[in-house]
Amino acid sequence: MKWSVLVVVAVLALVTSVILGPAAVPLSDLLRSDIVWSLRVPRALLAFLVGGSLGVAGASLQALVRNPLADPFLLGLSGGAGLGAVVAIALHLPGPWALPIAAFLGALAALGLVYRLGLIGGASLDPRILLLGGVAIGAFAAAITTAIVSLADAAELRNAFLWLWGGLSGASWDSVLLVVLYIPIPLAVLLAASRPLDLLALGEESAGYLGADVEAVKRRVYLAASLLTAAAVAVSGVIGFVGLVVPHVARLAWGHRHRVLLPAAFLGGGALLAFADTLARTAVAPRELPVGVVTALIGVPVFAVLLRRWTIA
Amino acid sequence: MLRLDGVRYRYPGATSDALQGVSLAIARREFHAVLGPNGSGKTTLVRIALGGLTPTVGRADVIGRSAPSWPRQELARLVGVVPQREDNLFPQRVRETVLLGRYPHLTLWGRERAEDHAAVDRALRACDVQHLADRWLWTLSGGEYQRVRVARALAQEPKLLVLDEPGMSLDLKHEMGLFELVRGLVETNGLGVLMITHDLNLAARFADSLLLLEGGRPVAAGAPADVLTKQIVETVFSWPVAMQTVDGRPQMIPLRQSKESRA
Repeated sequence: MKWSVLVVVAVLALVTSVILGPAAVPLSDLLRSDIVWSLRVPRALLAFLVGGSLGVAGASLQALVRNPLADPFLLGLSGGAGLGAVVAIALHLPGPWALPIAAFLGALAALGLVYRLGLIGGASLDPRILLLGGVAIGAFAAAITTAIVSLADAAELRNAFLWLWGGLSGASWDSVLLVVLYIPIPLAVLLAASRPLDLLALGEESAGYLGADVEAVKRRVYLAASLLTAAAVAVSGVIGFVGLVVPHVARLAWGHRHRVLLPAAFLGGGALLAFADTLARTAVAPRELPVGVVTALIGVPVFAVLLRRWTIA
Repeated sequence: MLRLDGVRYRYPGATSDALQGVSLAIARREFHAVLGPNGSGKTTLVRIALGGLTPTVGRADVIGRSAPSWPRQELARLVGVVPQREDNLFPQRVRETVLLGRYPHLTLWGRERAEDHAAVDRALRACDVQHLADRWLWTLSGGEYQRVRVARALAQEPKLLVLDEPGMSLDLKHEMGLFELVRGLVETNGLGVLMITHDLNLAARFADSLLLLEGGRPVAAGAPADVLTKQIVETVFSWPVAMQTVDGRPQMIPLRQSKESRA
């Protein structure tokens, strides 16, 4: 029942996102329209895949750092990706792929630095240091980003600013294909880690006594979730709240078992981002809102309600 | 099943040994308790016994294989552990948390099988918590929660059960209930038990063998009557005591420090 509702919502999100748009395409022409096939369908699919990836990355990272407030971007990736993107914009790097590649590299650099910091105490990856290191590296990258943006001219600044709030206007069949080829591996790694993640919720010591190879699990989960997030940020900018709110809503409905939770977070995250992107495209058409603005406008009230429920419980 | 031979251990960077010359052998159907003041090395001993730390000198074996060399998942099929404390990140129901004890028996992609649920039911019954199966963990009393954690370790279907101060913060009834439960598991399931505890009297009443540590060294080991003598207890714990015998086991009564109030 819960699953049917979720699947229906996900399909509905995709369908609405194909039907609705700033250009009026009659329903009868939907399947023949060039706008639909070359713009709306890839964009809907990309939104869905990115949202799903963020949902899964968020759910796994929350279990890894043992903090329900963890967001995939909390670990410094947004800062690194933002810096990469802004550098690409400031240097006027040519071609449609310059910005995503620069953002991806920026995210990877942040990932590597935070991971290195996480290993600071020796052979064991410390999730608390990951969290602190992520915030620190993110703030550092954001400071450099702001410095560059403040020296840029007005048009560049607007581009950079909009990119930082996320957007899927760059979607194409190429980007969809790239994402489709890229995400199965990190998704499979996280799904394979779902039982150890259940154990990790009891603490590392208990998880080890119950048979989990804790160090290996922590590293695998951190790297896979971060690589998912880095890909998401490369094709769509920084889209907040999907990775934070979706796992919590999914937990309320499906419980905390990751084997069920992760697929639910994927479908839920995909549906949310597809809906949010439809809103972002149509609400102020012909202009567009950054989709991160929409997810925050939806996500924050939902989150406030969740917090209220917790404090009451 | 569990065997420590002349174990010495020093934490990296420490200036003295956390354990020195400790030996211990636990067979089936034996209940061993490790006693000692705070900081005497009890928890280090458990970590070494479970392969979490590798002895600097000496050996730690579980079923004839060196403890650190066991893959965690295989070890978890043989040894169930109830750690001193843990906090659950997400709310969980009793049956769910006990089902986590089946992890070492599951394959990577396989679902829980009927035999896993049967093992969970057996563990719940053995610990007399089956009526709590659908309750949330946070609604349980301290005593019920400890029994549930023992049930989770039992769901692993281990040969050896390790408990780290399981009676802490339990009231009389629940603490006695827990010791009776563990003793019963030793008798009926033939489990070997290694328990760390501060409670000298309960250890003496329920365990077959005691190991008393002080500053990482074994002070006395063997049958309760040989270990818990007035002289040894007073020396190790630096406090005057009187000894009595209940059910043939030594029982210690701490005395007031002033001479007048001594019985």
